Amino acid sequence: MPQGNVNMEITDKLTTGRPNLEVYSETLSAMAAENSDLLVVTSDSRGSGKLVPFAQKYPEQIVETGIAEQNLVGISAGLASCGKTVFATSPACFLATRSLEQIKNDVAYSDYPVNLVGISAGVSYGALGSTHHSIHDIAALRAVNNIIIVAPADNHETLMAVRAAAASNKPFYLRFGKKPMPDLYDEGAGFDIGKATVLTDGDDIAFIAFGEAVAPAYEAAQLLYREGVGARVISMHTLKPLDNEAVIRAALECKAVITVEEHSIFGGLGEASAAVLMEEGVAVPFRRVGIPDEYTVTGSQSDIFRHYGITAGGLYESALRILKSQLKD
Amino acid sequence: MASCSDKELEIKSAVLRLALLKYIKNANAGHTGGDLSCIDILNVLYNDVLNVSPENFNDPGRDRYIQSKGHAVEALYVVLASKGFFPESDLETIGRYRSHYVGHPTRHVNGIEFNTGALGHGLSISAGIALAGKMDNMNYRVFTLLGDGELAEGSNWEAAMFASHKRLDNLVAILDHNTLQITGRTAEVCNPCPIDEKFRAFGWVVTHVDGHDIKDLRSVLRSVPFVTGKPTLIIADTIKGKGVSFMENVVKWHHGVPDDGQYKAAVRELELRIKELDDKTA
Repeated sequence: MPQGNVNMEITDKLTTGRPNLEVYSETLSAMAAENSDLLVVTSDSRGSGKLVPFAQKYPEQIVETGIAEQNLVGISAGLASCGKTVFATSPACFLATRSLEQIKNDVAYSDYPVNLVGISAGVSYGALGSTHHSIHDIAALRAVNNIIIVAPADNHETLMAVRAAAASNKPFYLRFGKKPMPDLYDEGAGFDIGKATVLTDGDDIAFIAFGEAVAPAYEAAQLLYREGVGARVISMHTLKPLDNEAVIRAALECKAVITVEEHSIFGGLGEASAAVLMEEGVAVPFRRVGIPDEYTVTGSQSDIFRHYGITAGGLYESALRILKSQLKD
Repeated sequence: MASCSDKELEIKSAVLRLALLKYIKNANAGHTGGDLSCIDILNVLYNDVLNVSPENFNDPGRDRYIQSKGHAVEALYVVLASKGFFPESDLETIGRYRSHYVGHPTRHVNGIEFNTGALGHGLSISAGIALAGKMDNMNYRVFTLLGDGELAEGSNWEAAMFASHKRLDNLVAILDHNTLQITGRTAEVCNPCPIDEKFRAFGWVVTHVDGHDIKDLRSVLRSVPFVTGKPTLIIADTIKGKGVSFMENVVKWHHGVPDDGQYKAAVRELELRIKELDDKTA
């Protein structure tokens, strides 16, 4: 299993990296220099996708469809069928569900290796409201056969995931937020699609998280460490195929498991992990932290995270609560 | 086959009609009316127009055919079988447990490019393939077959706008304009007309053809593109159920399966048609 910076001083402040989308765009530019068949397809979304530098450098390698996400995916499938390495880039809220039928049939069922890139995912658009939130994309796409789903937590995972997607001959869905992300890995660390990364080790509580929810889990682990509580933070960057073994080991080796996701608690990582544990016959105190069955409160992404407890403090409290309730039993 | 006479292709159309009815009857399922309305188009495409064969199916330079109205799959199956993409006897398994021959096209079947059947997908896919051809300086053309009821799907119009914006003159959409859909007359369900004016307004070149006139189809399909820099729409006026008189223009044959008596009558009518054509040739 790949390891993150397990050995770093847990009390170190995380260094802030850059938005994952910037790393995405740079990685595409680097690959485009060597691969003239690499194409980015956008639906009036090059600005939000941080792709303006790419478009300026490789104007022949960006295809603009206008605001037409269904068409974006169909065109991308057609291009991929002719051997193009396609990164279809569009806001996650529109790409994953408006174009779901094109993703299912033109890409996944037809088995053409389009890389679908959902940008400004989760609640990144904050106060723009629920029309622009994608807290259903993982649920929708997990039920589609033949697509690999990856939500990188930091710049390192982004770089590795984008390169892996480009090299793969399978359909991918990559999910990115907007804000600068702390570096969670040591330089030169490994990364394997489908293999979760243990960022901090511990055997009291396990946080299993993905994407931009990993950093608050990591910070919660720092707070818990000061209280003498060992927290295992797992970056479950690949939502499909899920690393079942990492989930089972966390449940067997820790006293409780908390899943953390910038997604509806319906159909997301929490339910997926619970299913793995039920089928394995592993019973463990378990809690899902994410967006409940409601349209989110108004506010920035940070406000929304705080409201639903997806923060260092919120997760710290959730961990202590679940561990205390276990002691009572 | 490019040297076939019109008459030979007319006979072939009747033979293909017999075959598709046979396999629909055998499977006890199929989209009979739409199969019969588009079979002449497919016959001319595969035997006179498309540079595609079992031998060159993996060649990047091959012409592409994307059947957007995927439900008319039995027509496509019998044409592909007749071209040698797979043995015709495979079609005895249509719809059977674990058969690759599903009620809509899939890439498990040799000769099929995309899994279609959800309507409103083929034009976008075809635009993507056409764009790749332009980028790579390839000379292939992309043909896609649309239904007229299908035009209610908005994604078609997204693709129509894109194709003219990108000047995809290697893209040819053929409309199987049989004027019926499962609920009734397309004009009464949600009228797509005037289709020609709409596509022209989207920047396409539009022409009409009699979708059952082999000579007319050959002439039109062989002469695309008509205008450099513009995608082409060929509105093929067709009759749903064409070739079996009691099925023609009757809504219930959209996915109706003939009973034994109806099947015999249909076979008799088509065999008679073949005999007449043979006699004329002789």
